[in-house]
Amino acid sequence: MTDGQPAIVFDQVSKAFGAKHVLSDVSWSVPAGEAACVLGRSGTGKSVTLKLIIALLKPDKGTIQIDGDDVTRLNGPGLSRVRRKVGYLFQDAALFDSLTLYENLALPLHRLTHKTPAEIDFAIDRVLGQVELAGDKAKMPSELSGGMRKRAGLARALVLEPKILLADEPSSGLDRITAAEIDELLLRQKSEFKTTLIVVSHDVAGVRRVADRVIVLDRGTLIAQGTVPEIEQSENETARKLIGSNQ
Amino acid sequence: MTNVLETAGKVSLFGLRAAIDAFRRPFEGAQIVRNLAEVGSKSLPLVIASGFALGAVMTLHTRSTLTMFGATAAIPTVQAFAFFLEIGPLVTGLLVAGRAGSGIGAVLADMRATEQIDGIESLSVDSFKYLVVPRIIACTLALPVLTLFMDFSGLLGGFLAEYAASHLSLQLYLSRAFSEFAWSNFWPPTLKTCVFGFAIGTISSFFGYTTNEGAQGVGKAATNSVVVSSLMIILLDVLLIKFIFFIFPETAL
Repeated sequence: MTDGQPAIVFDQVSKAFGAKHVLSDVSWSVPAGEAACVLGRSGTGKSVTLKLIIALLKPDKGTIQIDGDDVTRLNGPGLSRVRRKVGYLFQDAALFDSLTLYENLALPLHRLTHKTPAEIDFAIDRVLGQVELAGDKAKMPSELSGGMRKRAGLARALVLEPKILLADEPSSGLDRITAAEIDELLLRQKSEFKTTLIVVSHDVAGVRRVADRVIVLDRGTLIAQGTVPEIEQSENETARKLIGSNQ
Repeated sequence: MTNVLETAGKVSLFGLRAAIDAFRRPFEGAQIVRNLAEVGSKSLPLVIASGFALGAVMTLHTRSTLTMFGATAAIPTVQAFAFFLEIGPLVTGLLVAGRAGSGIGAVLADMRATEQIDGIESLSVDSFKYLVVPRIIACTLALPVLTLFMDFSGLLGGFLAEYAASHLSLQLYLSRAFSEFAWSNFWPPTLKTCVFGFAIGTISSFFGYTTNEGAQGVGKAATNSVVVSSLMIILLDVLLIKFIFFIFPETAL
C-alpha cells in the first residue's frame, strides 16, 4: 500500500438490522496516508461503517476492500492477517477491565508477534510514551480518567503498528483541550508513520483539524464527500449544516 | 416451544464448538488458571459452609427417624451414601450455577455491552477461544474438586451433629460411613459433575457471550445463566444416574 492508492474501498455497501436500513448502497474510498472523517447525525451508520471495515459486522451487500483484500469474503487466518493492518480506537476505549494497561497492550503482542519479552516491553514503553502514559502501565482501566482511557485505547490500537487507524468518536466526552490533544496524537501518527486515518466524529472542530477529506452520511446514504471547503460549498443543505454546525 | 428448541440447539452447537476449540492451540493456560481461581477457589467457602450445614441438618433429621427403628448405627452409612451419591454432586452443581454461572454470564455480557469482545476481535484474537473456552474448562475441572469438598464437609458436619448426640468417635463414624462403600459408589457420581461443570460453563457463557441488549442484557444474561444452568443440572442428573446404573449395575442395588 503506497500513498495515493486506495487503502480502503467501500463499494455499494448496504447493511440492515432487521427492518432498519443503516447503510444503503454506500460507496467511497480513501487513499493511503490520508485522514478521512465520517460525519453524520446520530444513528446514520457511522460506527457501523467502522465495524464493517474491520469485519466485526458483515454487510448485506457490497464489498469492502482493505489494501486490495475484500474483507467481506475473508474468515480465519485471512481475516486475521488483514485485521493486523488495522488499529481500532473504540468510543469508550473498550480496554479489558480485568487486565492492567500493560497487559492490555501485551495481549496482541504475545499472540500475534514473535517478539521476546524485552522487545514487548520496549514496544509497550514506546507506544505508551507516544500517548504520555508511560508511568501508568501498572494501572487498571478503572483507575484511568476519561482522557487517559482514550489515550490508552489509542495506545492499544497502535501497538501493532497498523497501516490504518479507525477511531470512533475519539473526542466524545472530553473537554476541548483534551480532545485537541487526542487529535494531535492522531495527526502525529498520520504524519510520522503515514497511517491512514478513518475518524468518526460529531466534533466539527476536530474534523476541521484532522480531515483531509470528509464523508458525510445521512439516513444511511452518502450525501457528500470531499475536502472541508468542498463540503462547505456542497449543494446538500444537511452536509453544509453538519460541517458548519459548530461554527 | 420453538424458541426453546432453537435456543437448545444453539447452546449445543456453542458447547460443541468449545469442546473442539479446547483441543486447538493456543491452549490459554493462563486464562484457565485465572478462571479456575474465579470458579474454584472463590466458590470453596460457600461449598464448604453449605456442606457442613447440610451434613449437620441431615444427621439431625435422619437421627430422629432412625431412632424409631433402632437403627441409629446406620446414620454414618446413610450420610456417606447420601452425600457421595447425590447431595454432594447435585448441591455443588446448583451452588456453582448460582455463584459462578451468574458471574460468567454477567461478565461476558458486560464485555459485550462495553465492546470489549469487539476489542479482542479487532486485535485478531479469537474472543471465543480466549474468553469462553477457558471458562468452560475451568467449570469442568473445578466441579469434581468442589464436590469432594462438599462431600467431606458434609460428613464432618454430620459427624459433629452425631458426636453431640451420642459421643460417637470419629474413627468409628468413618468406619461405619465407608464400611459398605465401593469405588463404584465414589468415582461415577463425583466425575459426573464434570458434565455439570461443562453445562454450567457452556450455558452461562452462551447467555453472556451472545447477548446484544446492552446494559439491560447483563442482568438478563446473569438470570438466564442461573435458571437454565440449574434446570439443566437437575435434568442431567436424572439422565446420568440412569447411565451410571447401566455402566455400574451394582450401584443400583
